[in-house]
Amino acid sequence: MLKVEEVSIAYGNNIVVQDASLQLDKGKIGCFLGPSGCGKTTLLRAIAGFEPLLQGQILLNDKAVSNNQVNLAPEKRNIGMVFQDFALFPHLNVADNIAFGMTLLKRTEQKYRTQQLLEMVSLGDYGQRYPHELSGGQQQRIALIRALAPKPDLLLMDEPFSSMDVELRKELASEVRDILKHENITAILVTHDQNEAFIVADTIGVMQGGKLTQWADGYELYHEPANAFIADFIGQGVFIEGEVLCEHSIKTPLSIVHEKVPNGCKPGCKVNVFIRPDDIILDKTASLKATVVGREFRGANFMYTLELADGNKLLTLEHSHHHHDIGEEVGLSLDLEHVVVFANKAQ
Amino acid sequence: MKSQTHSSKHPAKLFNISKPNTWVLLTIVIALLMSLPVLVVGSAIFQPLNENWQHLKDFLLNEYISNSLILMVGVSIGVLTMGVITAWLTSMCEFPNRRLFSWLLILPLAIPAYIIAYTYTGLLDFAGPIQSQLREWTGWGYKDYWFPEVRSIGGAIAMLSLVLYPYVYMMARAAFLEQSVGALEASRTLGSTPLNGFFRVALPLARPAIVTGLSLALMETLADYGTVQYFGIATFTTGIFRTWFGVGDSATASQLAAMMLVFVFVLIILERWSRRRAKFHHTSQKHSAIKRFKLKGKMAFLAWLACLLPVLFGFILPALQLLYWVFTTAEETLDSSFFSLTLNTMLLAISASIIAVSIALLLAYGRRLHHTPIIRTGVNIASLGYAVPGTVIAVGVMTPFALIDNAVDSWMRDTFDVSTGLILSGTVFALLFAYTVRFLAVSVNAIDSGLGKIKPTMDDAGRSMGLSPLGVLRKIHLPLMRGTILTALLLVFVDVLKELPATLILRPFNFNTLAVRAHELAADERLADAATPALMIVLVGILPVVLLSRAISHSRAGEK
Repeated sequence: MLKVEEVSIAYGNNIVVQDASLQLDKGKIGCFLGPSGCGKTTLLRAIAGFEPLLQGQILLNDKAVSNNQVNLAPEKRNIGMVFQDFALFPHLNVADNIAFGMTLLKRTEQKYRTQQLLEMVSLGDYGQRYPHELSGGQQQRIALIRALAPKPDLLLMDEPFSSMDVELRKELASEVRDILKHENITAILVTHDQNEAFIVADTIGVMQGGKLTQWADGYELYHEPANAFIADFIGQGVFIEGEVLCEHSIKTPLSIVHEKVPNGCKPGCKVNVFIRPDDIILDKTASLKATVVGREFRGANFMYTLELADGNKLLTLEHSHHHHDIGEEVGLSLDLEHVVVFANKAQ
Repeated sequence: MKSQTHSSKHPAKLFNISKPNTWVLLTIVIALLMSLPVLVVGSAIFQPLNENWQHLKDFLLNEYISNSLILMVGVSIGVLTMGVITAWLTSMCEFPNRRLFSWLLILPLAIPAYIIAYTYTGLLDFAGPIQSQLREWTGWGYKDYWFPEVRSIGGAIAMLSLVLYPYVYMMARAAFLEQSVGALEASRTLGSTPLNGFFRVALPLARPAIVTGLSLALMETLADYGTVQYFGIATFTTGIFRTWFGVGDSATASQLAAMMLVFVFVLIILERWSRRRAKFHHTSQKHSAIKRFKLKGKMAFLAWLACLLPVLFGFILPALQLLYWVFTTAEETLDSSFFSLTLNTMLLAISASIIAVSIALLLAYGRRLHHTPIIRTGVNIASLGYAVPGTVIAVGVMTPFALIDNAVDSWMRDTFDVSTGLILSGTVFALLFAYTVRFLAVSVNAIDSGLGKIKPTMDDAGRSMGLSPLGVLRKIHLPLMRGTILTALLLVFVDVLKELPATLILRPFNFNTLAVRAHELAADERLADAATPALMIVLVGILPVVLLSRAISHSRAGEK
């Protein structure tokens, strides 16, 4: 459905997207996830046709829409887009906003589809209202169905929930996923919020400094991050230093970890081992001891920061009713199923 | 809404000497004084109609109305075409000299319509350089060929359009720049071509702003006296002059002016309505940089030409013609009487601008301290004069002032056997009063926008750091308002300089201004001699235009 092949985009001399490649099948929802300034919105706008490419090409339905020869105008790509500020037309009422893109349909068909879409988002009575009379959540829903109205091949969403408060965000995110899945829409979401990405998307692309570093599902990103940045960006955890003993063993201050070492690491070579909070279990009987140096209450559980005797710090997540004071000494053991190891770049 | 109640409450503490009642009283007195001319003219409809009115109705009124309407329709078409197209090109497209044009396009605003009318008459008349050259090349003689007549209603429409389109241009440009880029991009993703998006999204969104600009241009059109008089077109303004001076019937002149007020109120309502509508047409606050359509080749040239033509015909050509005339006549016209005339005009304009700005400061601070409906309404009424033609104001000032003068004079003569003559109506006082009525709105708007930038929390911050109320005024308001006050002074100053009809009616005997002198010389067919005072007006008029253009280039965040 959508193929992005080694795409680079520049503003003047400033390269903002570099060698991005991905593929999205029909009916799937993709997501560009990354901190602000990583180039995710630029890549989305390039797919929409608003930014010309420096290199590479973009194909929609196996047809090249952007490369160094062609740059098909946005209006000819049959895409829909939901904007960060929604960009509802303030001079048109809700129904006319939705019908705006359905110019090829007859008037009666436009009306029928508009009403159908309004009812899908439970706003059946709102057709005659004007955008400024709607709440933020309602505007968001209208922006979504306006983009869906002309039945686009691909729906693009640029931070569609960023102006909402946290509660509404979650609710709308799962609502949007339900609608997209129900309508079998191929879509791409841009966000900096990983929870949103996990709720809405099937495949997530993490972007960092203009590079699309990994294109995978949420489970894989969490458990098999392609690099240290992603490991750190997705979920929580800490790096501790280790030393390669042999091809499958790494010595760390905690214990000897059995995991495949990164390519090119010989015995004796230093590596970084990424330890997630869920890899650590507090265990009174354990011989390995640490001191509690930080505690963060999270409702259902506590996030404890522990310090080992050698100064290394660890994070662990414990149920709320397991209560430890700061300064208290605790025993801990490792529950490693799958450990992430990266070569130490300092070498 | 919250911030408004806030602003009304907090600064009130600032001047605890000022009770709301004082401000209310002051505002009401000013509002009454400023609306006096309009009330006087309006009351003329209750006076009995005499035989002059019958004559007017039978022979002239239809012509006045139809000519005024034709002018307004023609000017609408002219200013909308020039204003909207150039605004769109300079805000949304990229082509050579775009940034230069974006401020050059306001320059015609510096030339009063009557002055551009003189220059084109000089250029295009039978004896002018263009027709003479044509005859030389072709060997034609008088009446051998057809040439468009400048001194016609079509010519007047062209002259007024050329100097009034900047109103539409500025409003439309601001509206285009204000629109979120998202709205246009959204239209593209929904299948609109760029041109399609312009007509379906950008233009409807900018429509209220464009209508505001248009109503301002039409107010000027309706108020114009110099151009139509010079071109010999009978409209309301020339009709009032003719009835007042030619027939000597002030009652009928007032009735004619009252009729004109109907047109004025329609325009005011149009303007107010469109300004209110504009509030709902705001898109997001997010100002991402505009991606201008890069025009190439033929399209770029056409855009360049479309922006050049209004500037060329609205400013460059007339200014060159004026300069040429000034150089050919400088020896005779630049004498001591010209300098005393200039000085006279400057003094008058400075006095008027100081009065108008002082009153504006009173009104604006009153409204800031006590944001009550009475004060708001009072300020609105006091600043309605901008829409009322100078001719109408002059009639409305002359009538009551003459009454008072006569009453005082006869009482003095009866009691002391001394004649006081015309204390009010025959002196500069009447002139200054009329200018204040007409241009108070200009200064109120300028002061308001400056005062709006001083947030009420700044007053609070000053007080919390130990400043007294007067200290707040001196250390916070004064430095921040200095530029604003100067701007307001300059705007009124230039408007007074350009003003013609009210000055003609109200000036004391043998009292002249640059505008009146230019008008008199042009009326005597001494166009070249008229150029010196005219150029003077244009040169000074450029100053506020430069201010405006700077304000425009800073009007959008992220706009370089």
